[in-house]
Amino acid sequence: MAGLLSSSPANKAEASIVEGRVGLLLLPSWVVIGILLVVPVLIMFVYSFLTQDFRGGVIWTFTLEAYDQFFLDRGLFGDEPPQIEWTYLLIFWRSFIQALFAMIFCLLIGFPTAYFMATSPPQSRSMLLFLVTIPYWVNLLIRTVSMKFLIRDTGPINEWLLAMGMIDEPIRMINTAFAVQLGLFYSYLPFMVLPIYASIERYNFVLSEAAADLYTGRWSTLFRVVIPSVKPGIIAGCILVFIPSLGAFLAPDLLGGAKNFMIGSLVEEQFKGQAGDWPFGAAVSMILLTIIMGILLVYARNQTQSTSRGH
Amino acid sequence: MRKFTKLMAAATMVLATGQAVAAEKLSIYHWFEYIPQELLNKFTAETGIEVVMDTYDSNEAMLANLKAGALGSYDVAVPGDYMVKIMAGEGMLDSYSPSELKNFGNIEDKWLNVDFDNGRKHSIPYQWGSTSFSVDTNVYSGDINTTGIIFNPPSELQGKVNVLDTAGETLVLASIHMGFPQCSTDKAQLKALSQMLDGAKKHWASFNSDGAKDVLVSGDASAGMIWNGFGAKARAEKASLKYAYPKEGYIVWMDNVVLLKDAPNRAAALKFMDFLLEPENAAAVTNYARYAAGVKGVAPYLDPELAEARENNPPADAPSGVFVQVCDQATQSLYDAIWTRLKK
Amino acid sequence: MPATKRNPRHGGIEMARATEKVKWYPGFREITLACFFILYAPLIIVMIYSFNASQSITIWGGFSLHWYEKVFYGVEAAKFKTATVNSLIIAVMAAIVSTVIATAAALAMVRGKAFKGKSLTFGLINLPLMVPEIVTAVATLIFFSVIGFDRGLLSILLAHIVFCIPFAYLPISARLQGISSIYEQAGRDLYATPGQTFRLILFPLMVPGILSGFLLAFIISLDDFIITNFVKGAGVETLPTAIFGAVKQGIKPNIMAISTLMLTVSIVLVSISYLISRMGRQE
Repeated sequence: MAGLLSSSPANKAEASIVEGRVGLLLLPSWVVIGILLVVPVLIMFVYSFLTQDFRGGVIWTFTLEAYDQFFLDRGLFGDEPPQIEWTYLLIFWRSFIQALFAMIFCLLIGFPTAYFMATSPPQSRSMLLFLVTIPYWVNLLIRTVSMKFLIRDTGPINEWLLAMGMIDEPIRMINTAFAVQLGLFYSYLPFMVLPIYASIERYNFVLSEAAADLYTGRWSTLFRVVIPSVKPGIIAGCILVFIPSLGAFLAPDLLGGAKNFMIGSLVEEQFKGQAGDWPFGAAVSMILLTIIMGILLVYARNQTQSTSRGH
Repeated sequence: MRKFTKLMAAATMVLATGQAVAAEKLSIYHWFEYIPQELLNKFTAETGIEVVMDTYDSNEAMLANLKAGALGSYDVAVPGDYMVKIMAGEGMLDSYSPSELKNFGNIEDKWLNVDFDNGRKHSIPYQWGSTSFSVDTNVYSGDINTTGIIFNPPSELQGKVNVLDTAGETLVLASIHMGFPQCSTDKAQLKALSQMLDGAKKHWASFNSDGAKDVLVSGDASAGMIWNGFGAKARAEKASLKYAYPKEGYIVWMDNVVLLKDAPNRAAALKFMDFLLEPENAAAVTNYARYAAGVKGVAPYLDPELAEARENNPPADAPSGVFVQVCDQATQSLYDAIWTRLKK
Repeated sequence: MPATKRNPRHGGIEMARATEKVKWYPGFREITLACFFILYAPLIIVMIYSFNASQSITIWGGFSLHWYEKVFYGVEAAKFKTATVNSLIIAVMAAIVSTVIATAAALAMVRGKAFKGKSLTFGLINLPLMVPEIVTAVATLIFFSVIGFDRGLLSILLAHIVFCIPFAYLPISARLQGISSIYEQAGRDLYATPGQTFRLILFPLMVPGILSGFLLAFIISLDDFIITNFVKGAGVETLPTAIFGAVKQGIKPNIMAISTLMLTVSIVLVSISYLISRMGRQE
């Protein structure tokens, strides 16, 4: 995962075995990703300016209708003076906040876990790493379904609490914002642990010792020495939790009762649901993509700055 | 290495042509949980035609998917009455002549000349039933026969209502609740309808069609819109659920097997339609889905329980249900806007 | 991804002992335990309930393999079997193709000299990781629809290859970076052609990374739901889409049995990947 964040330094081999073949070796990646991802995104951009046909389908006429619908409210019948449409902005805002909280909770649990793992003796370390990798490899759908089963009104948690007499009626968890939040947190927790673990494992603890020798407090060492050194891993983890959370579909659909839309479910509804408004779905996707690329650009710029300062 | 290349080439061929052995194939686009797997197996055994099936959970989702390019990949679909009319209007249906179906005569007379497909040129009856809602009588013991249960729920049911995620039926039931006609063009009425729904949404737990039974059985919801047969299945799993016949009115419908335009295998589609008009097979669907077939001669094959089930036998004092009407494009756009506003 | 881990060496034993003290933080062990509990509790509970004899899924009715029998021999067995076969065909093919592409790319990126557009290429290879899955799904669906490409197994495979590339690339390039170029230099000094050098020297050294990349791509393809759901054609199901379809109508015990089986497959694959990475380290 760390590869997302650091470009690999080329070995300064004198006569590399790939000399003169670099283009040929990269051609398949360029062609495949270019044709099957870059071109489709460009077509999607064009699509967001097309006219929606009545009851699904598109007409190839240019219009700003999709973006107008996203940003402006012209009343139920479209005859009122335009006002700012808060609904979709609210969906974006809600998704943003939920992704942010998922990221924060994952960090609060994930960092100490990664730290503890990386500082364990080698034997138990590889065992812990093994254990944290398994949920990462288990199908996300299955993990979401497991969570749904666990927290519903008649699920094991409520049944046990009832049986123990701790509650009189089931605690409503399913189909709430809490459930979606929990689902996001649970879905992406391993994504936070792994990259942080990787950077703490590389961290040289001599630095912590030096700090201790200078009578720096334990916690102050953590925040002033350890965390700044493993920052790349923390940021990688945060991005790996935040981005998929922002576009999540399974958690809001299965745990949130499809009532409180998040961006992912809003888009899905346009294509697989009954709305059938492809241009609008394309526009929403385009807006989401722009936001995420913006975040990544800011991050990439910060990283280049900090590396160039470092040298 | 060479062997490996050959293997890859063979695998690519399989992918490109779809199936290695090109057995005859029928593609069905069907409602979820609406046909028993055993019946499909029986069809394959009788005709040698392999069946693949995709499912949808609302008439509108099916229409949107077909219009978005899936037309031409399915042979038959199973739209409700009003949707048959819409699809015919969009030119999405192929027609057949009665002579192409040897069991055409099995269609019940009252379902032969229907206004959505007069004389049955594109469709055959599949099942018919009603749409209202079921209530968990352990949670709420008051009168359930009113649409207020859904749109103005009593305190016991607030926050525990599930609504079908389908514009057609949900908006019509809402109109019935308000006492408005369908396809109203009166803007004041439409505004009132939209406002009423916005207020009601606060008390709803979820929009769910394919989980409509499960949310009631699991207790995630204590009242929920549901189709009568699905409601009967829910009651079989949880006896305290009761299907309502609201005094304001409710919806009746008929689902129909239609021959889609550009069907990849029209002959197989006709064989399948013929197969479903056999009384024994139509009865098998009814016994599974708990609705009613529009086919003659099914009685001897029916599960006797169906004759007494509340879901299939409205009480004497219940009003009769209404069909969903097809509005013209301009009016439909207004209802679409209400639905979009409600869902967002 | 265990395969990409580097072995830390923080000095001798005495020093390590002194470090132990500064390493320790109160509460971290407890948080770690909580973290593992959160990660595993839902999975283990589903696993337990998959052996429930009772018809009702929440009431325990004793141990039974009834639901497993249903998975393999029940009415829906054929549907899930086809879906599983589809999933496996797609995952194997997508993993093979993306691993080959990623290996070529890793060679060029790690062993090649700096060239114009290198960081752009790096961005392109990682693009599928950065674009949210739902956006990739929408773009791919529109693309196939515009060019009139038939949606079926092949459309799913093409979409999977794209997002598997960066996942295969990561362990392969990490491994390659860890292999010193003196081996190739030695080969070249002995007048081996670049092809021979690659086949006889570099490739065998890269095998652990390539296998990890393949496994990761395989599992990522096997797991994908969102993109598959958008680009699949009429009547084509993969295991995740079939499970999703079933789950929408309620969690039935047979779904729990299927989940448990998939969980087992994941554990086996992680174990294999773990062993491969150990094999890589011992060299």
